[in-house]
Amino acid sequence: MAQTEQEILAGLADIVNEITGVAVADIATEKSFTDDLDIDSLSMVEVVMAAEEKFGVEIPDEEVKNLVTVGDAVSYIAKASA
Amino acid sequence: MSKNNTRVVVTGLGATTPVGGTAESTWSALLAGQSGVHTIKDDWAADLPVNFAGVAAVDPAEVLDRVEARKLDRIAQFALVAAREAWADAGLDTVDPLRLGVSVATGIGGALTLLSSWDAMKTSGPRKVSPHTIPMLMPNSAAATVGIEFTARAGVHTPVAACASGAESMAQGLEMIRSGRADVVVVGGTEACVHPLPLAAFASMMALSRRNDNPEAASRPWDKARDGFVFAEGCAILVLESFEHAQARGARMYAEVAGAGITSDGSDSMVQPDPTGAGAQRAIEAALADAGASASDVVHVNAHATSTPQGDVAEALAIRHALGAASDGACVTSTKSMTGHLLGAAGALESLAVVKSIYERLAPPTINLDDPEDDLGLDIVTGSPRALRAGDIVALNNSFGFGGHNVALAFRSI
Repeated sequence: MAQTEQEILAGLADIVNEITGVAVADIATEKSFTDDLDIDSLSMVEVVMAAEEKFGVEIPDEEVKNLVTVGDAVSYIAKASA
Repeated sequence: MSKNNTRVVVTGLGATTPVGGTAESTWSALLAGQSGVHTIKDDWAADLPVNFAGVAAVDPAEVLDRVEARKLDRIAQFALVAAREAWADAGLDTVDPLRLGVSVATGIGGALTLLSSWDAMKTSGPRKVSPHTIPMLMPNSAAATVGIEFTARAGVHTPVAACASGAESMAQGLEMIRSGRADVVVVGGTEACVHPLPLAAFASMMALSRRNDNPEAASRPWDKARDGFVFAEGCAILVLESFEHAQARGARMYAEVAGAGITSDGSDSMVQPDPTGAGAQRAIEAALADAGASASDVVHVNAHATSTPQGDVAEALAIRHALGAASDGACVTSTKSMTGHLLGAAGALESLAVVKSIYERLAPPTINLDDPEDDLGLDIVTGSPRALRAGDIVALNNSFGFGGHNVALAFRSI
């Protein structure tokens, strides 16, 4: 079942909050995972693992470096689950 | 005596143990003779040969922030909780990071993380192995966590010497300050492996008590009916500081860490103590010499005494031989009778108990000693706490580990 980008953003925000403690309200599409949300490299791997499970997609390791902002991740997941 | 006249004092205490979630609650429970050993209620324990342990009275994950806790193995969770308590107790605000060191020991390391990660991988494959697995399971994770917490830049260490690990951290902290490398060192020990595999493994060695029907009575050092030690978890952390540094900031000083004695006497059996206690005796003698103290100064010994048939008797010999006639003037206790054996944290917890004993002039009792072994020749504290005399006093802590690690520590009143 395809999900809207809005649903993916909400789900991703929950994951990021669970793993890093960043407030859900602070997690927006234009935010950079490392520069704005201060997520370290290992926690980023965890976010990816959790997103794969939640959205039923595969995010290859070589793709992760391209997911700079929350919006990048939302777009990738939307495309992969379409 | 130490060639270096730098004095090292204890200014902060923190603990989370089977009898209390803080140093103060732990100390009160020890004085009250309360056992922290209970039946493990989880389903996994039902079919084990030993189904009881000294589980921490307070779950560290409940004390820490959720996000903070989830990236730390339980050894590091314990250490962070106890280190924050000790740091606050010491009244330390800012310390020059370049003069601050850490030595937090463990016997086994992040075993719970290793075991749960392997479970996850077997069930769901390699993609389900957390990226935090290695930093959580590495034995130095607790020391590193404490070092990061307080921005320690003078060196962060993790002594590993089985059940003498926590005592080695005390000795290392003493040495770091004496050698001039640091003014303040956060020392201690942490252990967390109450899990079916380590329990089964220690039971397989015939090292653990099998008193499943009465766990509170299972840890009974020197009692004729003792049948092995009781597996336990937890952590104790102490802030060590040079006397000058502590004095300059007007800190409360609990006691002086006056000397350390370390010897080794490993044999082919790996785990059996030398029945003559000679290696342990040399450690006690070395600690007294390092402290510039004589046997007659010693008023109290917090013994290693784990409630094993061989170890308790060998240690009694070691204490008697090391102190000679003066052993009549030293009351002896085993707080493991209440806490169980915290393995790599034991030496730190029992050092904390000795420091409190000196500061409050009270030695906790040994519980469950209903029928003492014949001819021990020790004045063992039972029933209620024993008052220690006024004036300058010295008290000892002994710790011994599988592999032949013997560490004795001498503490002196300020």
